[in-house]
Amino acid sequence: MNVIVTDNGFESDTWSNIFLTLDKLLLINPKSTNKFSLDVPNTTDPKELAPLFACISLIRIAFLNSTDGRGFTLASHLRLLGYKGRLRAQGHVLADQYTMARRCGYDEIEISIELADRQPEKQWLSRSDWKSNCYINQLKQLA
Amino acid sequence: MYSYTEFDNNFNQNRVDQFRSQVTRRIDGSLTEDEFKPLRLMNGLYLQLHAYMLRVAIPYGTLNSQKMYQLAIIADKYDRGYGHFTTRQNIQYNWPKLKDVPDILQDLANVEMHAVQTSGNCIRNVTADHFAGASTDEIEDPRPTAELIRQWSTDHPEFSFLGRKFKIAITGSPNDRAVTKAHDIGLRMVRNNKNEPGYEVIIGGGLGRTPMIGKVLRSFLPRKDILPYLESVMQIYNMLGRRDNKYKARIKITVHEHGINKICDLVEERFIIQRSSFGGFDQKLLIKLEKAFAAPIYINEPIDSYNKSYQSDPLFRSFVDTNLSEHKNLNYSIVSISLKKHGQTPGDATSQQMRMMANLAKKYGHDELRISHEQNVILPHVHKSNLYKVFNELKSVELDTANIGLISDIIACPGMDYCALATARSIPIAQQIAMRFNQLKLENDIGEIKIKISGCINACGHHHIGHIGILGLDRAGVENYQITLGGNSTQNTAIGKSLGPGFSYTEIIPAIEKIIYTYLDIRSSNDETFLETFNRVGLTPFKKIVYTPSEIINKSTATFANNNNESFASQEIK
Repeated sequence: MNVIVTDNGFESDTWSNIFLTLDKLLLINPKSTNKFSLDVPNTTDPKELAPLFACISLIRIAFLNSTDGRGFTLASHLRLLGYKGRLRAQGHVLADQYTMARRCGYDEIEISIELADRQPEKQWLSRSDWKSNCYINQLKQLA
Repeated sequence: MYSYTEFDNNFNQNRVDQFRSQVTRRIDGSLTEDEFKPLRLMNGLYLQLHAYMLRVAIPYGTLNSQKMYQLAIIADKYDRGYGHFTTRQNIQYNWPKLKDVPDILQDLANVEMHAVQTSGNCIRNVTADHFAGASTDEIEDPRPTAELIRQWSTDHPEFSFLGRKFKIAITGSPNDRAVTKAHDIGLRMVRNNKNEPGYEVIIGGGLGRTPMIGKVLRSFLPRKDILPYLESVMQIYNMLGRRDNKYKARIKITVHEHGINKICDLVEERFIIQRSSFGGFDQKLLIKLEKAFAAPIYINEPIDSYNKSYQSDPLFRSFVDTNLSEHKNLNYSIVSISLKKHGQTPGDATSQQMRMMANLAKKYGHDELRISHEQNVILPHVHKSNLYKVFNELKSVELDTANIGLISDIIACPGMDYCALATARSIPIAQQIAMRFNQLKLENDIGEIKIKISGCINACGHHHIGHIGILGLDRAGVENYQITLGGNSTQNTAIGKSLGPGFSYTEIIPAIEKIIYTYLDIRSSNDETFLETFNRVGLTPFKKIVYTPSEIINKSTATFANNNNESFASQEIK
């Protein structure tokens, strides 16, 4: 069972919905009354997801390697396009990247037990104050 | 000059603490070597040929005496008493120990400095015209924008794990001294037809194994839009740039493969959304930054003593004629201090020299120094009444070499003497060229020429854009040097053309000598520079001489040398 990291530290994954790929979701032809969970690679075009926002409650973006930062821009783009649901980064994300992920709009990170053992909760909590010391948030404030 | 706010200081201190913990976590195994690598790189720490190397940022090349003094202290305390100034206006320490690096970063933070993003696949230290705020030809000082970009790019959550490194340069002058067309993004400050301030945005320039000249993405971007526009370019690059091949990962390849028009459409589309995420604080900050970079309060003193020293001291005269540039205040000069004394490593300065430069800046230079991409140090504001004192004090630490813009003012990468990537030595080539032409006493006669040397295909020594470019390669275990001619790093950026087959380590200096003699022989007048001659005649005359066996041309060269000596003699008599 993977570990979910939030600002409060480690939690177990309580999300019980099945994750669909975008292709599968499109086949269902969903209505906004349904709430689906979506699994997407970091190469997804966010504009394809935008019409579906109303029927998605969680988007999970895969991080295959911590050196591949596409998932950060993808998350930020989804938020700017108006996605208000839950956003989860899954895979090889380091404790050192926690603040970046939060600043780009992720709510939580899903990591493997192996990574959680190697980088224990304390290391993630030391990065949980993602609102301070952030140049970009300061620059984007109102005048 | 910009002084850190409490916010900057908190950020910087936090970053030092984080790095200290990252080093500990690497040692206790929390971080694997692969995971630690990008983290140490974005804090400026490389693993080189013999040791770690720490690259310290000097944002847009601007610093004051306190910072320069601290760089000297660090060189003595943690290194071997010297530092190396780089083509991206940074300083490198070649021998720090990993355990000392957090302490070095702390010492830097104490004087509002850092090593953040001087390496790694992120937005690197932003560079700017080293004459900013002082030159006569400037439309506007680029440093307020450069500082704005520094803050925006620092620890940007989206762009710390890009496909490859990303370099931004900015100039406020139409005479480009910041090589904007060879950067991932180059910004030129311009005015539109209503005289409103803005930027020309150039993207996709770069050197390396595939040299490309940047293309204009937007000919006029209003000032207020700079950050959201840059953010849009970065987002398109982050998503579209290749990650399958390190050598095809720079934005120049993205632009080349997709075409500038497609990139332009994508950026403009993205820009509309991105603009809505900025609330105006950035522009308010920019106004504050403009005040921070206001011109110094100039002094008003008679300059008779300067004129007198100029007449009476020939060494000073030579220094003035070669190393000084016009300042926008007529009674001031911009002083370029050469870190290229003949026979020395280009760009190296000892701690003693750094202290002297710091003192001079404090005493005579309105407390300002610059690092140029040409690996020299600049005192941008020196009143003419102080020039002779500055010169004499520089002389006391061997910093008085009068060779700015001449054949010995060479850009050279560290090459195989330090670098793990290098395939050949660069420093000894630069040293030998400088020594040889100094010995021939031809430097002043040759006049303006830019030689740039890289010790591998990655082109850190900018060889593609040197009037003479030298690229050191490894051919079956033997150093081989290829020559390009006609490169240009100014607003008329050009990639040099290959002369032909390369030369061995022992052949390269004679080959350069032949090229220079050919130039002296065929130039239309003494005022025609090497580059002008090359642009007029092309490669052929140089090729002919360089690849003709020496015994055949020895005679003609000797004749030329004799004639040349005669003309020197006659000049002296006049």
